[in-house]
Parts: sequence; structure tokens; C-alpha cells
Amino acid sequence: MAKVLMKGNEAVGAAAIEAGCKFFFGYPITPQNEIPEYMSRELPKVGGMFVQAESEIAAINMVYGAAGAGARVMTSSSSPGISLKQEGISYIAGAELPCVIVNMMRGGPGLGGIQPSQTDYFQATRGGGNGDYRLLVLAPADVQELVDLVIEGFDLADEYRNPVMILGDGMIGQMMEPVEFKEREKSFLPSKAWATTGTNGNRKPNIINSLYLNAEDLEKHNTNLQAKYKKMREKEVRVESYKIEDADIVISAYGTTARIAKTAIAKLEKEGYKVGLIRPISLFPYPYEEFNKIKDDCKGVLTVEMNTGQMIDDVKLALNGRIPAYFYGRTGGMVPTPEEIVEKVKEIYGGEK
Amino acid sequence: MAVVFEKTRGLTDVSTHYCPGCTHGIIHRLVAESLVELGVLDKSIGIAPVGCAVLAYNYFNCDMQEAAHGRAPAVATGVKRVNPDNFVFTYQGDGDLASIGTAEIVHAAHRGEKISTIFVNNAIYGMTGGQMAPTTLIGQKATTAPYGRDESLTGRPIRISEMLATIDGAKFVERVTVTTPAQIRKAKKAIKECFKIQIEGKGFGIVEVLSTCPTNWGYTPVEAIKWLEKNMIPYYPLGNFKKPEEGR
Ligand SMILES: Cc1ncc(C[n+]2csc(CCOP(=O)(O)OP(=O)(O)O)c2C)c(N)n1
Ligand code: SF4
Repeated sequence: MAKVLMKGNEAVGAAAIEAGCKFFFGYPITPQNEIPEYMSRELPKVGGMFVQAESEIAAINMVYGAAGAGARVMTSSSSPGISLKQEGISYIAGAELPCVIVNMMRGGPGLGGIQPSQTDYFQATRGGGNGDYRLLVLAPADVQELVDLVIEGFDLADEYRNPVMILGDGMIGQMMEPVEFKEREKSFLPSKAWATTGTNGNRKPNIINSLYLNAEDLEKHNTNLQAKYKKMREKEVRVESYKIEDADIVISAYGTTARIAKTAIAKLEKEGYKVGLIRPISLFPYPYEEFNKIKDDCKGVLTVEMNTGQMIDDVKLALNGRIPAYFYGRTGGMVPTPEEIVEKVKEIYGGEK
Repeated sequence: MAVVFEKTRGLTDVSTHYCPGCTHGIIHRLVAESLVELGVLDKSIGIAPVGCAVLAYNYFNCDMQEAAHGRAPAVATGVKRVNPDNFVFTYQGDGDLASIGTAEIVHAAHRGEKISTIFVNNAIYGMTGGQMAPTTLIGQKATTAPYGRDESLTGRPIRISEMLATIDGAKFVERVTVTTPAQIRKAKKAIKECFKIQIEGKGFGIVEVLSTCPTNWGYTPVEAIKWLEKNMIPYYPLGNFKKPEEGR
């Protein structure tokens, strides 16, 4: 298919519809408004529906109801809105319902700002709502990947009966790039015998629920959830690596900052430095094992983020003290420049090459 | 022999957990009977609240979804929008609907969401042990209003039916109670009328049922009924606040 020039946020909407998403419930917040705007315009044309909810809390609970009723459904928001959605996300994870949630992150805490950030890494990968649950968290670095991951996200959500979060930021949502909707096999659409669609008098009632008053039952439910997350850890790790085996320094970054890191690496290579890159695409499950490929005498792994240091915790877990970990981050909506990263890498080299 | 009375198919065989004398049980039966009599049980999706009726999903003999505290109307919206041919109802307490979930119920009504709500008003938080509700009467004691509800501190009890009746999207609003056989019959009639509004695709309907909580009010079941009649009905008058005009 031909390439089309699309804004990230609109590409999210187009990809969702391509994946068979028929329902979208949302509430406006910058910098992701083009998503609900796109969905309100395009969903009615494919027999779907957009409803602007009264709040993010209502929106995510509409998603819960629609997912429980068996639909492919999506919502999107940005940081403060995602905070409000956490209640519903926890219930959706607890009730094991499939849906796609897009977070185009902006700076915080609180009302923060409207510029891009990566400050919700902990919230996305560790929970944010109550309880011991995980989302599949996918972090695209360009608009094409955004499209691909949204489409794949719907399949993964159905396969695991689990919410999938697409973790982008204001930068990726706002930038325009050519994208291609690749020919692909029709989405994997499993039958949803568990959905609440009415018994028609033919079967026992289906119940969508996350309440287990009996402690043993709740423990068993959690054990089952953990087994599911273990399967995700085994099967769903996604990572892009570049020249890590013989790198003197490895940069670790995801999403927007990974793009900038690539520019920095190109500059450094021209000057003769050997710098590799580990770009996690899935943030949960995290590609811990990729870091084992880095040689023991590597001078350090530099984590670059648009926050004050969140993913570096995972990098440190992966390195387990074997190699020194360094951090460079900007926050508040400031985006690290390639030059800043180059300088930081040279600092770690300590003058020698 | 002719069968004069039998348990409705609208309820499962699971015994309810409600306290002796609690009218939640009667209200369940009226809802279940109505679903069966209107022929919609097999295409019904019920949304259970957080509160004493949290386990309602075990009692109604139809598909059920359990919702977060107060969010049942939003969950019902999602269900109904996906499958408009399903009959979708929420069953909610006063803490659930009139406190944490006020935004959700007001906006579901406002959108004219084609769902039906059974609103059980017992003027207290039953499940969590008798704390004050937005519907608790002035002077009524609750564990978080140990000196009796004080208007200057927490305002006056909220009248949900009167408020929702002002919203265009709400097509049917009635307040009933279940204190006597005659009242129970009236309540059933209201519930069926309310459900018909959804079946006919007219919009949002709600029946508020004044209910007892003998356990947390600290009365016997009989005293609780008397207390409800003497104190709640004067403040929460029974009657229909809104229904579609004839022929519309
Ligand atoms: C977010 C959240 N806040 C608080 C609670 C605790 N909680 C459970 S039931 C309840 C009160 C329910 O009262 P009501 O809706 O009046 O129903 P009743 O128990 O009286 O039937 C509360 C506050 C909760 N489960 N979730
Ligand atoms: S606590 Fe009150 S409302 Fe709850 S079941 Fe007991 S009597 Fe009924």
C-alpha cells in the first residue's frame, strides 16, 4: 500500500480502525486531542461509535463495559487523565478484559505542562491503580511503529485478555511522518464466549468481575494472573539493539529519546567512538536479557529519558552491578538534544577513546 | 394443583447474604420478576454496584458485570452502546449513586442513555458498617455522624429523583418503597414501567426505592419499616416525578 503522511495521533486512530476497533470512549486533554477528534469523525463511517465521556473515570468505565460486552475498544489520554483512569485500568486488569489504552505523556506532576515527557514510566510499568497487575506496555519511536504497535496491541489484548498500553508522548503524537498500512493477515479475533451479550436462554449467565471475597480464591486469581504475566515475559519481549556486543558505551532509551540517541550515536561514530543502543519496545515485559550481551569491560550504560530517572531502575536490574549505570534526563517538556547526549557519552569515556 | 406462587426464574438458586429484614431481597425479587414478565431476562445485562448489593451478580439469572464504586452507569453505557438490543440495568445504593457516582448517573441520564437504574436508598452506607450517606437524614446518627447529621457540617440530604427529573434525557423517574404489600405492588408496577421505557427505546429511567438497613440503623426489621415510613417518606416523598406523556 502507498505511504501516507500522517500526524502521530491521527495515525493512532487510523491504526485502531484498521485493527477492527469499533468503540472509542474519551475525554479531551492536550496533547492527544487529535485521537478523539479523529475517532469522532471516522468511527461512524465504519459502523462504530465515539462517545465523549464526562470524565476520564467515566471513559475508562465505558471501556470496561464495552470490553466486557465483547467489543474491540480503545481509549486515549495524557498523563493527568491517565491518572484518573487508573481505577478503571485496575478493574479491567482484574476482570481480565482486553482493551487498548494510549498515553501520550506530558510533563507532571499535577497539571504539569503540555510538552512531551516520559514521566509516567513507573505508573505504566508498575501499576498506578491498586493491586498486583501488569499491562503490556509498548513504546513506539516513530509514527510507523506507532501504527504497527496499535494494530498489534489489539491482537495482544485479545490474546491475553489484558489491557495493552501504548506509551507515547506529546512529540510522537504531534509529529508528521509517512506511514504505510502494511498488508497483513486479518487480525486474530478469538471467540469471546465469556462476554456479556445475553444468555439467550442457551447458557449459564456470564459474570465479569474482579471481586473475590474469599482470600484463597483471590490468591488463586492472582496466581493465575502472574502465570499470564510470566507467559508475556517469555513471549512478548520486544527490543531493538544496535552494535551492543563490542560497544564501549551503550545507550538505553525508548520512544522519542531513543530517536535522539540514534542521532547522537551517528555523530559519535563519525568521531570514532564505539557506542551501542538498546531500545526497549516493550517496557513490560522489559528486555532485561538483552543487556547480558554487553561485554564486561563496557565503560557504562547511559540511560536517557525525559524524566529524572525512572527506566534506569530497570537498566540497573538488568546490569545487576556488572557494568556502571549512568543517567541523563531532561524534564518539564525539555527534550534532550543529540549534542547533550554526545557530551555525556564523552564524559563517561573520560577523554580517552 | 395450580401453582399460586413460585420463585422467579429471574433469580438464581443462590441464597442471598442480606441481613434479616433487609429490603434489598424484596427489591431483587421485583426486578427479577419484572425482567421475566417483560420477556427480557435472556437478553439482560445487569451491572452490580459496590455496596451491599455487590454480589447481585450471583443472584440475578442473567449476564452481569460488576462495576467500580459509583461507575455502574458508565459501565452500562459501554455495554449498551456495543449491543443496543440488550436490556441493560444498574442496581445501585445511595453511597454508590448519590455520592461517589453522582457524575456518572447525572451524565448517563443527561445523554439519555437507554438503560434502567434501580436506586436503593437506605439513607446509610450499609456494607461498610453504617457511615453517613449523602441521603442520611438531618439528626440521623451514623458511625461518621455520631452526634446525628448536622446540616451546617454536611448539608441537607440529597434528593436524587427530584434532581434527575429536571434532566431532559431522563424519561422516567419514580420513588417507591417496599414497606407493605400494597407498596410492594406499586414498586413492581413502577419498575416495569421504567423498564418499558428502555424497551421502547425512549431513554433513561430510574426507580428510587426507599429501603431499610435494620442492621446499621440499629432497629428490628419491623421497627426499621416504621422508622422509614415515619422519617424517610416525609423527606423523600413517594410518587412519579416524570414519565413520557401519553401518545409520545
Ligand atoms: C473507591 C471505593 N471507595 C470506597 C469503597 C468502600 N465502600 C464499599 S461499599 C460502600 C458504601 C456503599 O453504600 P451504599 O451505596 O449506600 O450501599 P449499601 O451498602 O447501603 O447497600 C463503600 C464506601 C469502595 N469499595 N471503593
Ligand atoms: S447492612 Fe443494611 S443494607 Fe446491608 S444487607 Fe444488612 S441490612 Fe441490608
